[in-house]
Amino acid sequence: MNKIISIEHLSENVVKLSIEAPRIARKRKAGHFVIVKIGEKGERIPLTISSSDPEKGTITLVVQRVGVTSHKISNLHVGDSVTDVVGPLGLTTHVEKFGTVLCAGGGVGTAPLLPIVEAMHKAGNRVITVLAARNKELIILEEEIGEFSDEVVIMTDDGSYGRQGLVTHGMEEIIQREKVDFAVVIGPAIMMKFSSMLTKKYNIPTVASLNAIMVDGTGMCGACRVSVGGATKFVCVDGPEFDAHEVNFDELLTRLGGFRDEEFKAYQIFLETLKKEVT
Amino acid sequence: MENMVEHLARERSMEWREALRKSIKAKDRTSLERVAMPEADPAERAKSHVEVNQGLSVQMAVEESRRCLDCPDPTCIQGCPVSINIPKFIKYIEKKDFAGAARSLKETNALPAVCGRVCPQEIQCEASCFYTLKLKAPPVAIGHLERFAADWERKSGKMFIPEVAPANGIKVAVVGSGPSGLAVAGDLVRLGYAITVFEALHEPGGVLKYGIPEFRLPNEIVDVEINNLKKMGVEFLTNFVVGKTATIQELKAEGYQAFFAGSGAGLPNFMHIPGENANGIMSSNEYLTRVNLMNAAHDDYDTPVLLGKNVAVIGGGNTAMDSVRTAKRLGAERAMIIYRRTLAEMPARNEEIKHAQEEGIEFLNLNNPVEYFADKNGRVNRIRLQKMELGEPDASGRKKPIPIEGSEYELEADLVIVSVGVSPNPLIPQSIPGLKVSRWGTIVVDEKEMQSSVPELFAGGDIVRGGATVILAMGDGRHAAAGIDRYLQKKNRSAS
Ligand SMILES: Cc1cc2nc3c(=O)[nH]c(=O)nc-3n(C[C@H](O)[C@H](O)[C@H](O)COP(=O)(O)OP(=O)(O)OC[C@H]3O[C@@H](n4cnc5c(N)ncnc54)[C@H](O)[C@@H]3O)c2cc1C
Ligand SMILES: Cc1cc2nc3c(=O)[nH]c(=O)nc-3n(C[C@H](O)[C@H](O)[C@H](O)COP(=O)(O)OP(=O)(O)OC[C@H]3O[C@@H](n4cnc5c(N)ncnc54)[C@H](O)[C@@H]3O)c2cc1C
Ligand code: SF4
Ligand code: FES
Repeated sequence: MNKIISIEHLSENVVKLSIEAPRIARKRKAGHFVIVKIGEKGERIPLTISSSDPEKGTITLVVQRVGVTSHKISNLHVGDSVTDVVGPLGLTTHVEKFGTVLCAGGGVGTAPLLPIVEAMHKAGNRVITVLAARNKELIILEEEIGEFSDEVVIMTDDGSYGRQGLVTHGMEEIIQREKVDFAVVIGPAIMMKFSSMLTKKYNIPTVASLNAIMVDGTGMCGACRVSVGGATKFVCVDGPEFDAHEVNFDELLTRLGGFRDEEFKAYQIFLETLKKEVT
Repeated sequence: MENMVEHLARERSMEWREALRKSIKAKDRTSLERVAMPEADPAERAKSHVEVNQGLSVQMAVEESRRCLDCPDPTCIQGCPVSINIPKFIKYIEKKDFAGAARSLKETNALPAVCGRVCPQEIQCEASCFYTLKLKAPPVAIGHLERFAADWERKSGKMFIPEVAPANGIKVAVVGSGPSGLAVAGDLVRLGYAITVFEALHEPGGVLKYGIPEFRLPNEIVDVEINNLKKMGVEFLTNFVVGKTATIQELKAEGYQAFFAGSGAGLPNFMHIPGENANGIMSSNEYLTRVNLMNAAHDDYDTPVLLGKNVAVIGGGNTAMDSVRTAKRLGAERAMIIYRRTLAEMPARNEEIKHAQEEGIEFLNLNNPVEYFADKNGRVNRIRLQKMELGEPDASGRKKPIPIEGSEYELEADLVIVSVGVSPNPLIPQSIPGLKVSRWGTIVVDEKEMQSSVPELFAGGDIVRGGATVILAMGDGRHAAAGIDRYLQKKNRSAS
């Protein structure tokens, strides 16, 4: 059992929680994720470790509410426990001194981006970060990202905060302005697809962190398989980060919808029961 | 020391065994018919998850036990990978001392209730029974009797918990809680070692839990065994991936003096043919894990599973058979096995094939998929199959399937389960510098002690054999436990 030490609502649909997991807190590095399960009957879902405190033995997760499990997480309180937490899983981010690194985070993708921004900064890179979301409400972790970035550019679809436009607009301006040696893009699959098409155009080596559907997270099931450079890879053990220019994003997009009807139905039933409990 | 043959002869010459032998003439024993295992009705069970084999009644078991001749040279034992003293436990059943039967099974087999259900007895002990070899008659139902004795003991509520030696304070880490890991833990805890079993998943049991379905091996049976180990003092740490949560080196620094890797052959193989990453195509590991471990078919559990009208399962092993029978139970109209050889070469147990046929599973033998097609949402809807014919035997001794040119045709399928084998889990081998592994990624061990090239690391089960059986994994675990004990005794003697 992993006790919740603090919980903070970053926006209407995004919560940040720090939970007890001493071994994971000590071991984790940028790029790692955990699999969590809420309750005996819960499902296993992957979440990036956004940061950790090895002394206190806690890890921080940032979760966007999109379905049953993420909703259950957003309803937890300090003192509750997360039934199962396992990790740190996946390979760590390859960090070195590239020169100038352009980091782009879309929506809740900012959470997994944070440890990478921090690591790239600490390796002596000049780090420029573009944060993008639909509106001001959905821009998260701006302050934490700012701490490790030489510059932060905010883009919103509706112009309610920062500049109006898509993440790719913000990225392209920077690429045209100065020499970028390396790029990291994390967010919804569609955002990663277009961001990596952009960096490809400018020949900038780029990694993307893929958010495939997972079950075990240890290489045992193959639910998380993706095509990279024409070969099948398992995101949980071969990733989650891959050469973005080699990833088949269209296949990833299709596979993310693999259980859409079942998930939608389950979420509707879940919301109904929530309503009943309230009344 | 007494050798195996002498030991068996001495036990056989015990008075009670002699008396039993004399009580019925051999001719009368051999004229008895093999007692049939009661089975759930095929039409009913194909819609539910009840256990197919219902177990022998007391009367049936005693009757079957009378068939066993208590042979002077019990060839059945040679057919058993862990040399269970088969006539001894069967004669206990004949004597109606069922607790005695269970106890004598446990002298060699840590998991008789499991093995009695899932062992391929038809190619092991029962294949070398006197009845099979000499009388050309159906063998003694050794597996059914093993299961009977173990179930009787469990249901009696008085399970025999072996005595545990005084704690010696020596810590041993067991990685993985499949049959090999459970066997190591059981043997070493009895000798007084402090055992921690590390398990990556949120529940212990390995393939016994996440792979083999309820209708063949109810989870409850595995849980009882795990609880007994807990009662004996074994500590289980779930949600702990050795190599990730902590490495072997780190655990060593925490005081663990020896390690057993029983991490299994968990990585599913795919065929790498066009369209294989479409939605609705998944490994049998994913399918069975969702259904068995995550309870996905129950509405009150959160994990989803895809249901199919036309379900095609690729492969012919136990895993394929378990998947296709699960699909049928989840409501498939057509549940099909697609296998590139014929029934004769199928690696699945005969019993599973027979049960599958009774349940209305279709067998498309001598067929092999070459491509998958998907609908506009990316969900698989058709398979392109190629017909095969059998050629000369290959390295495995089985006839090699050869594609027939121009025989391709298409089949409708909205769910495809790929069940074409597994590879060893690389997590442990990768995280240990200097560990010797084979070309196939299995850990290389010396066969007697089960010791790897890293002296404090022992290994067994599928991570060594690359995919075997429950009984072989369990046997490996027992050998490794003895090896670990000898290693630690020697090490701690020379240290003091
Ligand atoms: C390595 C990795 C790291 C991740 N890190 C984070 C993180 O730090 N914070 C965070 O909020 N999310 C993260 N995700 C995504 C997160 O796992 C999913 O949002 C979660 O599984 C949804 O579960 P649910 O039951 O709430 O919704 P579901 O009912 O499962 O799904 C609801 C909707 O979300 C979509 N969806 C389902 N699974 C995913 C997925 N894996 N990625 C994107 N969309 C999905 C579905 O198509 C559906 O439309 C990560 C995913 C991976 C693979
Ligand atoms: C569907 C199916 C049906 C089968 N049917 C039969 C049958 O009828 N009869 C038969 O005899 N055999 C059968 N088998 C084969 C048999 O189940 C296996 O040979 C046996 O379970 C192997 O045991 P094991 O101890 O090697 O490990 P496994 O049972 O594979 O267990 C390994 C465990 O280790 C854990 N693990 C892996 N890596 C780590 C790590 N780094 N840290 C912590 N834990 C880790 C895994 O999560 C898993 O729980 C079947 C297999 C399958 C998949
Ligand atoms: S070979 Fe058959 S008949 Fe003989 S002892 Fe073994 S089980 Fe009994
Ligand atoms: S999540 Fe099962 S293999 Fe990656």
